[in-house]
Amino acid sequence: MPEPVIQVTDLVRDYPRPRTSLFRRAPVVHALRGVSFEVRAGERFGIVGESGCGKSTLLRILAALDRATSGQVVVDGTDITNLPERRLSFLRENLQLVFQDPMSSLDPRMRVRDIIAEPLVVQGHPASGDRVRELLDAVGLPPNAGDRYPHQFSGGQRQRISIARALAPRPKILVADEPVSALDVSVRAQVLNLISDLVDELDLTLVFVSHDLSVVKHVCDRVAVMNAGQIVETGTTGEVYATPAHPYTRRLVAAIPTLARALTGTTTTDLLKGAPT
Amino acid sequence: MSDVLTVQGLTVSVRDVALVSDVELTVGPGERVGLIGESGSGKSLTALSVLGLLPEDVLAAGSVRLSGVDHELIGADERRMSRVRGRHLAMVFQEPMTALNPTMRVGDQVAEAMLIHRTRSSRRAARIAAAELLELVQLPGVMRTYPHQLSGGQRQRVVLALALANDPALLICDEPTTALDVTVQAMVLDLIMRGVAARESALLFITHDLAVVATVCQRVLVMYGGRVVESGPVTEVFTRPRHRYTEGLIAASDLESADSGPADVGLATSAPRRLPTIPGNVPPAGQFPDGCVFRNRCAHATETCATLPPWTGTPTQGFACHHPAGASDA
Ligand SMILES: Nc1ncnc2c1ncn2[C@@H]1O[C@H](COP(=O)(O)OP(=O)(O)OP(=O)(O)O)[C@@H](O)[C@H]1O
Ligand SMILES: Nc1ncnc2c1ncn2[C@@H]1O[C@H](COP(=O)(O)OP(=O)(O)OP(=O)(O)O)[C@@H](O)[C@H]1O
Ligand code: SF4
Ligand SMILES: [Mg+2]
Ligand SMILES: [Mg+2]
Repeated sequence: MPEPVIQVTDLVRDYPRPRTSLFRRAPVVHALRGVSFEVRAGERFGIVGESGCGKSTLLRILAALDRATSGQVVVDGTDITNLPERRLSFLRENLQLVFQDPMSSLDPRMRVRDIIAEPLVVQGHPASGDRVRELLDAVGLPPNAGDRYPHQFSGGQRQRISIARALAPRPKILVADEPVSALDVSVRAQVLNLISDLVDELDLTLVFVSHDLSVVKHVCDRVAVMNAGQIVETGTTGEVYATPAHPYTRRLVAAIPTLARALTGTTTTDLLKGAPT
Repeated sequence: MSDVLTVQGLTVSVRDVALVSDVELTVGPGERVGLIGESGSGKSLTALSVLGLLPEDVLAAGSVRLSGVDHELIGADERRMSRVRGRHLAMVFQEPMTALNPTMRVGDQVAEAMLIHRTRSSRRAARIAAAELLELVQLPGVMRTYPHQLSGGQRQRVVLALALANDPALLICDEPTTALDVTVQAMVLDLIMRGVAARESALLFITHDLAVVATVCQRVLVMYGGRVVESGPVTEVFTRPRHRYTEGLIAASDLESADSGPADVGLATSAPRRLPTIPGNVPPAGQFPDGCVFRNRCAHATETCATLPPWTGTPTQGFACHHPAGASDA
């Protein structure tokens, strides 16, 4: 078995800042309540769950953009949980993130070539024009795309730019937070194919987050299902999708509209099946 | 019975660029019709033309008629349109905050919608009706809540309550669940279905999600490059697409059969994961080819496609393609 490249043990993240709820004031938000899992080298690992279940919180801690309240994260053999920023450069080179909204994650005032080279510059590497053109090519954009600004591109093209930027430092691990949720179907297909191809060609380990298990199933081998800050089920994506064990997972699966099911008469009420009443 | 909505020869343009061309669209009483297509295909502009909410520099021509309204909607002044909107015609957009007043309690907003159109006799009656409506969209006890205190899915349900407040003849939903996750989407879709069924309202539902439209609608129109390229009953269009664009769209959205097939259960195979895609991108407005708008991305294009393909079929079921899928001579 290949080594685990990511080991997460009993991760807890409480947000002290109270958010006003509808009926009462919560003293703390328990965003993660003891999350543990492992991702092996070369694996495509999915994390699925509803809005607010803690997916982005988990990814931010994996990328050391946020700190855990307790628990441990080991990446490539190094415990990053309490490392000071100056010792995180290995992580910044090895693990890169792609976010959901390609517009807000790209600086509108920067040219695309500077956006793509940014992670290299930050790490003190020279950013050659050749490397930028190579990256643009890898994500299927023309070389002259580098001279333009993000707003001159469509949503799908902007997501390609984010992917190129993430690949710039030649990371081993690509972490994607809802990378296709803002895209329409045909562009979604193109971006999913691109991610799949790059993971294969560059031998990446993929961590892919989505609220839609049918998308996760398409790109990932294994999946963890999260509910309210906890993992309630883990398994191969095929298994979890076809025979969900946890009631929460059953509800998630039932809620996914598919063309095939719709054409055999599935109604919106059926999508709610398994939902608590 | 005559149609609730009749759109004829709708053309929308900005300066000299046509953004929507020759759209024909009808929705019958109580009928649920979907409008699908990629980003930039003209779905929202079509809806906004019906609602009279186009931006100032964007012009609509053609005809939009609504049953129960004795005047043409295209070109009607804002005073007339504001009597139609929220009364005969209501809408739910992707972003709920565009429809909500952030400084007003939710209950007051719903009650206000009824008072403006005088569908309730008194403030008291309107408030009682508002509370009932909010309960119907499964938000009991939010009358005194402000929008910012609610989640995205809850806000969208408030917008739905607002839209249904005056029992509109036609409800237009433009990507109402695109920003929501699958479980919240399921709930909102079901509430939309119940809402229109209870009022026998007609529904025009816009989305790029084919599975959603197939679950919600009876009939569907496929738009590309500002034109309706195919239309028909959902089961027909999605199982036997004729236009090459429809065919490509269905293939690209089919996550199920692109996977390794039913045999993959329990196996973590690195099976082919590639989805079929439509090559290239949707061109920016004004840069679609002449003739068939899809021909620069179509694998079946020939020289003939440089001429505009005529509509084949009936007004409610047909396609505009020179070399349709499933034709015997294809
Ligand atoms: N900075 C913060 N301060 C306080 N609470 C927060 C903060 N960030 C997240 N939360 C809360 O933590 C919980 C988990 O949030 P998170 O963003 O991780 O969810 P998510 O699964 O990524 O949701 P989505 O699908 O909507 O992106 C939520 O209840 C959220 O409101
Ligand atoms: N005010 C405007 N001025 C110029 N062009 C516009 C204007 N509004 C829309 N367009 C263009 O018209 C085309 C159709 O836009 P529309 O918003 O109807 O698309 P859509 O099908 O709703 O797409 P989406 O799925 O992204 O919402 C797009 O190319 C868009 O850029
Ligand atoms: S008319 Fe020609 S270009 Fe257009 S979809 Fe049909 S075959 Fe393709
Ligand atoms: Mg998130
Ligand atoms: Mg739109």
